[in-house]
Amino acid sequence: MRIAAPHEPGPEKTRILVRVQGVVQGVGYRPFVYGLACRLGLGGFVGNDGRGVVIEAEGDPGALNRLVDALTGQAPPLARVERVDVAPLAPLGQTGFSISASERSGPRTVLVAPDTATCAACLSEMADPADRRHAYAFTNCTDCGPRYSIVRELPYDRRGTTMAAFTLCGPCEREYEDPLDRRFHAQPVCCPECGPRLRLRSGDGTELPGDPVKGAAELLAGGSIVAIKGLGGYHLAVAAADETAVRTLRHRKHREERPLALMVADVAAARRLCEVDGAGESLLIDAARPIVLLERRHETGAAVAPSVAPGQRSLGVMLPYTPLHHLLTAAHPDPLVMTSGNLSDEPIAYRDDDALRRLAGVADAFLVHDRAIHTRIDDSVLRVSRGAALPIRRSRGYAPAPLTLPWGFPRDVLACGPELKNTFCLGRDRHAFLSHHIGDLENHETLRSFAEGVEHMRKLFSVTPRAVVHDLHPEYLSTKYALDYGDLDEEVELVAVQHHHAHIAACLADNETAGPVIGVAFDGLGMGDDGTLWGGEFLVADLAGYTRAAHLATVPMPGGARAVREPWRMGAAYLDAVFGSEWPDVAPVRAMAARRGERFGQVVAAARAGLNAPLTSSAGRLFDAAAALAGVRDVVSYEGQAAVEFEQMADRSECGCYVARIESGAPLVVQGGDLVESVLTDVGAGVPTPVVAARFHNGLAATVVEVCELIRRDTALDTVALSGGVFQNVLLVERCVTGLEAAGFSVLTHRRVPPNDGGISLGQAAVCGARDRLR
Amino acid sequence: LGHGSGGLLSAELLRDVILPAFGPAAEPDRPLEDAAVVRLPAAEVVMSTDSFVVDPLFFPGGDIGSLAVHGTVNDLAMMGAVPRALAVAFIVEEGFGLDELARVSRSLGRAADAAGVRVVTGDTKVVGRGAADRLFITTTGLGVRLPAARPSAGRVRPGDVLLLSGPIGLHGVTIMSTRSGLGFETEVGSDSQPLHHVVAAAVAAGGDAVHALRDPTRGGVASALNELAAASGAGVVVEETALPVPEPVAAACDLLGLDVLHVANEGCLLAFVAPERADAVLAAMRSCPESAGAVRIGRAVAEHPGRVVVRTGIGAERVLDMLVGEQLPRIC
Ligand SMILES: [Fe+3]
Ligand SMILES: [Mg+2]
Ligand SMILES: [Zn+2]
Ligand SMILES: [Zn+2]
Repeated sequence: MRIAAPHEPGPEKTRILVRVQGVVQGVGYRPFVYGLACRLGLGGFVGNDGRGVVIEAEGDPGALNRLVDALTGQAPPLARVERVDVAPLAPLGQTGFSISASERSGPRTVLVAPDTATCAACLSEMADPADRRHAYAFTNCTDCGPRYSIVRELPYDRRGTTMAAFTLCGPCEREYEDPLDRRFHAQPVCCPECGPRLRLRSGDGTELPGDPVKGAAELLAGGSIVAIKGLGGYHLAVAAADETAVRTLRHRKHREERPLALMVADVAAARRLCEVDGAGESLLIDAARPIVLLERRHETGAAVAPSVAPGQRSLGVMLPYTPLHHLLTAAHPDPLVMTSGNLSDEPIAYRDDDALRRLAGVADAFLVHDRAIHTRIDDSVLRVSRGAALPIRRSRGYAPAPLTLPWGFPRDVLACGPELKNTFCLGRDRHAFLSHHIGDLENHETLRSFAEGVEHMRKLFSVTPRAVVHDLHPEYLSTKYALDYGDLDEEVELVAVQHHHAHIAACLADNETAGPVIGVAFDGLGMGDDGTLWGGEFLVADLAGYTRAAHLATVPMPGGARAVREPWRMGAAYLDAVFGSEWPDVAPVRAMAARRGERFGQVVAAARAGLNAPLTSSAGRLFDAAAALAGVRDVVSYEGQAAVEFEQMADRSECGCYVARIESGAPLVVQGGDLVESVLTDVGAGVPTPVVAARFHNGLAATVVEVCELIRRDTALDTVALSGGVFQNVLLVERCVTGLEAAGFSVLTHRRVPPNDGGISLGQAAVCGARDRLR
Repeated sequence: LGHGSGGLLSAELLRDVILPAFGPAAEPDRPLEDAAVVRLPAAEVVMSTDSFVVDPLFFPGGDIGSLAVHGTVNDLAMMGAVPRALAVAFIVEEGFGLDELARVSRSLGRAADAAGVRVVTGDTKVVGRGAADRLFITTTGLGVRLPAARPSAGRVRPGDVLLLSGPIGLHGVTIMSTRSGLGFETEVGSDSQPLHHVVAAAVAAGGDAVHALRDPTRGGVASALNELAAASGAGVVVEETALPVPEPVAAACDLLGLDVLHVANEGCLLAFVAPERADAVLAAMRSCPESAGAVRIGRAVAEHPGRVVVRTGIGAERVLDMLVGEQLPRIC
């Protein structure tokens, strides 16, 4: 509302009540309002309560309007103002302005900020030898530092964080209490006198003397593996140039070939390793400080050992995001491998005793501190696609900031997400609280953190789920969790959402639109509504429902999950499906048969007998078959490796294109086997693999366009949403978008949540909310 | 075999084919009555029943007849009982061969005799084509509980040692391989065998410290352990590297992408034993030929009540759940 001047001129004042909602606590919002009100000569007060910031202000109407405008327009960097409500009050004649203490009672609807990279002001203090926080590894302020990872409960004040263990010293307390100080009510505020301390320990736990950071840097330079306690968990670090050290790390961590992330000192250092364009740079320096996958420069030379990212065209690079990282990269200026502190398959370690135990056989030394981590949070990962972020993993720096949707949730929702790359999502009002990355639920520790995470976030955001959403897959541990939840609480309604519908709904929610669209959901596997495993789907979908308009022809997956680890099995399955008993006698088939020996015939026999060979229409498995038959690799050591390498090797300049037949019917059936047959023909004729890879990508993209055109003919829909893990493939995304736009479609891709299963829970919640709104 | 209009054909079948084939296990000199009188000592009587439907009917290491004996004998044994008497009911599909029926009956009789259990009563029905798949057998067993035995699914306690009496996966792999002609059936056979001697030895050595026994049949070790964990509220940890998996079973599981812990067994048992008696019970089990390969594979824990986890070779803990259906891939 606009505040009108009183009808009668004179000294009369106006008083208003303002309520500000969003991420407005722990981000310097009250001092910002205080400073503003003082400058505008207003009387009144500003305070926090369970719903956000409350202001009562009194003064002249022009000044009050300027205050209200500035509440959104000039908010502090970490604040996210979602709503400002203004109501008139009777003037009291108050002239002074004050900040009132936090109100702990009442409903809790405040948003907790994500953890944020160290700000420039804090960095310059750390660099100043005269400053009392010179070189202090836990420097932070209202604009930066740990947030979600240290919050135990709301309201967000020091008592509710793991900083409660540290008593403020005199100078810190004065900063904390001074509304005009940039550390006013910065909950993690501390200094070398009163705050957490670093320690360097040897592998057996004994403390090493001297400066911990310098000591760690020397160990790293000498080829040691150092476990470093970060913001959301432990990292394992080695010098990136040291091939022996990197190999030792891989060996001890049981991590075979999956690429390792790097930390470099600054953008200039990133540029020495990778091509960094404007989009890449802005993602690197974003306050969330994600790992950004950037194309590797050819002349990288010796700065990055071969084992860091074998067979990869790109490197995962991040910049320092805690004071400790800044100190460390200053002491060790060359790139560091910074990979999650865990054994392969295990979640990242974050509790000190647990980390020391689990990483004892991996790390030679531990750089640790005594500020506890309450919630384990992995680094976020992004790719750059068409000049913007394509999220691969949305976690530290982003979670738990909600996605604000154009629609409300009529009742509170818990969406339990998928089995792998799990995130869960809470829906309340217009907010979808997408959790941090949880991981693969089959791991017991991960499953435990899933259950604990649900409880923690439920309490933080006062969500009482009345609807609990699960996948159709009966064996997902998240599905079983949902069913148990329903058993324990009779008022909870269970809602099942098909996996690929959830993918498309996630893309719609990401783009804040409700559809209907032509949804192209390409991924590894998800349970279909007909009992087969889907994954190459064209759905005519809106948030509430879908029809399956087209899909890839099904083939058996010999050995079930084993076929995912051994892409050659999909090669064999496609050969059998395409050629029946008369396989072509061409070089790639002979080569695969020779490589696999007697197993080859056995797998075909098992597929024919239908022994643990479920049928799938998966696009991911089609990629596997093509990559395996092209000779890229038979067996993967991490999920999607064959497809990733197939993308990376593709010759970007190649325009040739394979063709797949589309069989009419409802649904349409796409003969993916035609693409595989073309791969065989070209490989047999000696066409180089990069050209084959490009033609495969081009052919699949052209098929997507063609199928969408056929669906448009029936439905008149001209918007296409691309989702599913296969659309992490930037080349495929680019070819699909180019082709679709040329055909007159507008295209929705992912910008804020991953196209992979990390986005499933958002889609599940969105579907449930949409169905609720229809009731 | 024709479809009997009345009881006559079925009775002839019993008299001419089945009973003679059973041999001494059916006490052939006894007159045929409507029901059997079983004399049991004054003790706890244990009773169990199970139906057997297996494809193929004949497989390396056994057939549906021997399986019908071992299945019920073992269910009795898991309650700490010595089996004494069996009732047997056949449902035969019209058109099923008499010679095959006789072969199954002979095998059933031999298995009962070898297990020291009498077939005291039974029934035969012939049903129309398609109303059954060749041959179904139901057996009901009576046994007498060993005085010291108190095994129960509800008695697993944190700290208990988990013992396994022998190699796993043999029965399931044999059945799958025989059914599909994959070739592993030349290397393996079903482990189908009676286990009450093993139980007797274990109870003699451990008494009521033998807290729980279960034979991991359908659904394999995974289902059995989840049932015990759910019934007792204890958590279970299995050491993957300690599992005895015969090489051909491992190869077949690798080929078929199956987790051996979900594969069926018919001749081994799981035992939770109080830690102080575990070594003695393990030694007693190893002294029986049926369980010479007994090993310690894990323990019950107080953490994660009701949940079973497998510790892998590198120390990761994987959730081992019961399958709702078949083993469908969960990977996206
Ligand atoms: Fe998926
Ligand atoms: Mg049974
Ligand atoms: Zn700062
Ligand atoms: Zn201080």
